[in-house]
Amino acid sequence: MDWLWDVLRALVGTIIIFSAVAFIAVMFGVLLERKISAWMQSRLGPKHVGPQGLLQTVADTIKLLQKENIVPNRADRLIFASAVVVVPLAALLDYVVIPFGVTRSGPLIFRDLNIGVLYFAATSSLVVIGILMAGWGSNNKYALLGGLRSAAQMVTYEIPIGLALVTVALMAGSLSTVTIVNGQARLWYIVAQPVAFLIFLIAAIAEVNRVPFDLVEAESELVAGYFSEYSGMRFALFQLGEYGEMFAMAAMAVTLFLGGWRGPVLPPVLWFVIKLYALIFVFMWVRWTYPRFRIDQMLNFSWKILIPVSVLNLVVTAFFVVVAHR
Amino acid sequence: MLLDWGYVAIFALVGAGMVTLPLLIIWLISPRSDYPQKFETYESGVPTIGQAWSQFHVRYYLFSLVFVVFDVEIIYLYPWAVVARSLGTLAFWEMLVFLVILVLGLAYAWRRGALEWT
Amino acid sequence: MTGEAIVFYLLAAVTLGAGVVVVTSGNIVHSAAALVPAFLGVTGLYILLNAEFVAGIQVLIYAGAITVLILFAIMLTEGGTGLGGRQRNEQAAVGAAVAAAMAALLIVVAVRTGWPAGSGTLPPYTPGAIGQSFLGQNILVFEGTSIVLLVSLMGAIMIARRED
Repeated sequence: MDWLWDVLRALVGTIIIFSAVAFIAVMFGVLLERKISAWMQSRLGPKHVGPQGLLQTVADTIKLLQKENIVPNRADRLIFASAVVVVPLAALLDYVVIPFGVTRSGPLIFRDLNIGVLYFAATSSLVVIGILMAGWGSNNKYALLGGLRSAAQMVTYEIPIGLALVTVALMAGSLSTVTIVNGQARLWYIVAQPVAFLIFLIAAIAEVNRVPFDLVEAESELVAGYFSEYSGMRFALFQLGEYGEMFAMAAMAVTLFLGGWRGPVLPPVLWFVIKLYALIFVFMWVRWTYPRFRIDQMLNFSWKILIPVSVLNLVVTAFFVVVAHR
Repeated sequence: MLLDWGYVAIFALVGAGMVTLPLLIIWLISPRSDYPQKFETYESGVPTIGQAWSQFHVRYYLFSLVFVVFDVEIIYLYPWAVVARSLGTLAFWEMLVFLVILVLGLAYAWRRGALEWT
Repeated sequence: MTGEAIVFYLLAAVTLGAGVVVVTSGNIVHSAAALVPAFLGVTGLYILLNAEFVAGIQVLIYAGAITVLILFAIMLTEGGTGLGGRQRNEQAAVGAAVAAAMAALLIVVAVRTGWPAGSGTLPPYTPGAIGQSFLGQNILVFEGTSIVLLVSLMGAIMIARRED
């Protein structure tokens, strides 16, 4: 009955990760975003539902559940409906390889795959397909423009992310995320690789379509971009995808550069959460500080600055790791 | 190793189910509207003219082409990154040649204006 | 039937089913979108063969990049994408005959070939082993790949930028 035990473990793990992402990351993340933006703009933010407005997003979700189920007449129903599943699922698949902490019986991770970081790059690249499907399936000019821009942006910034992943893999000599965290026992990779960390962070912000790279859902010109036509629970699922991807990117940055669960005194999981939310705060800080890029600036920034710099960084790292080290 | 991927398969299948669940719920409980304007395409309240599905500029295609080439390049870097340390100096020079050839490609794309959003 | 065989047939069914949608769908974007499950089915087959690195590449390059490329290519064609296109023309019968002949040939060859059974264990297709072979005996192929990539990039830019 060994396999039954494995199936049960996988089921429990899946349900825990999905619920944790939905409640802790997305619901609390949206609330945090509203509170932080309010704080930065000298407002109060949500305050009435629950203590200090803590239950605001719960109330919002219940509200969205009761909304009318609207599929536009002119939309392509099949593509329109499946895009809603693809985006959050692709974002949540990222969490398989993220080590959340460590216990006496081993690291706390859904599955420590041999090709860990490659798996992460692969699953996050699937989000692009979902976004293109949403934009095209809506048969709405704003949505299609937003979807196309988003796809162009996300594929452009996948390259610097990939190069940063390779740089870290080179440092650790492995693609497995647990090995990468273990490799940071003495020194976090952010110290040795500040450039790669910055590149990863910038590209991650672009990858999740947040300000200053949010021209794909620029409210002033594209309504809401690729999900303009999605309302009610479908809208909530896109939020799940977007915030889920943001937390996945931040968690990956913690794993790759900030030593993962490592830290003194406090339990490992708590360290992981602290670092994760510190990075999430940086994401939000950036969002409420910078204005939006133009599309040509955004693409130029990746192709003409980030990619050459990350290639150079990779070569320098390789020189020190492979040649000078011996 | 197959066990690893069995886990991933369960994650994907159960996850797809959990993502579809809210859609089932709204299909069951959400009110239906019989107000035809609500099912119009939302384009700032103006009646929609024509289809959104029209011809798009070639620049999107160009960017995705350059992207695919670089994506393939990075794929080759992963196995190299894993073994580079153990193989030593030779691995560094071999990779440098590989990278230089690709940087030439980037420089060419840059020169020819394939990276301009015009 | 072992569990592995069941999984194999399931994956094959997904791949083939999606493939049938790709070639029969009247809408070209539906065809392109159906490529994704087809690619993912192939990914599963790679995993069954213990080639997880190749499986990762399959998702990253094919499902994640090539599909986007194809969608962009479709969207730059004249006449719009949402209209139902014809998937058949006058030559349907001839095409079917050629395809059937080709399939028969492939099946005959596959059945007649005496597939020699291996020693029982698959070689480890880990990233490390692949890297070793890239930088060792297959170094020329490896460096050649970068030249192929360079040429394909230059060719694509030349064709796309011809008008100006």
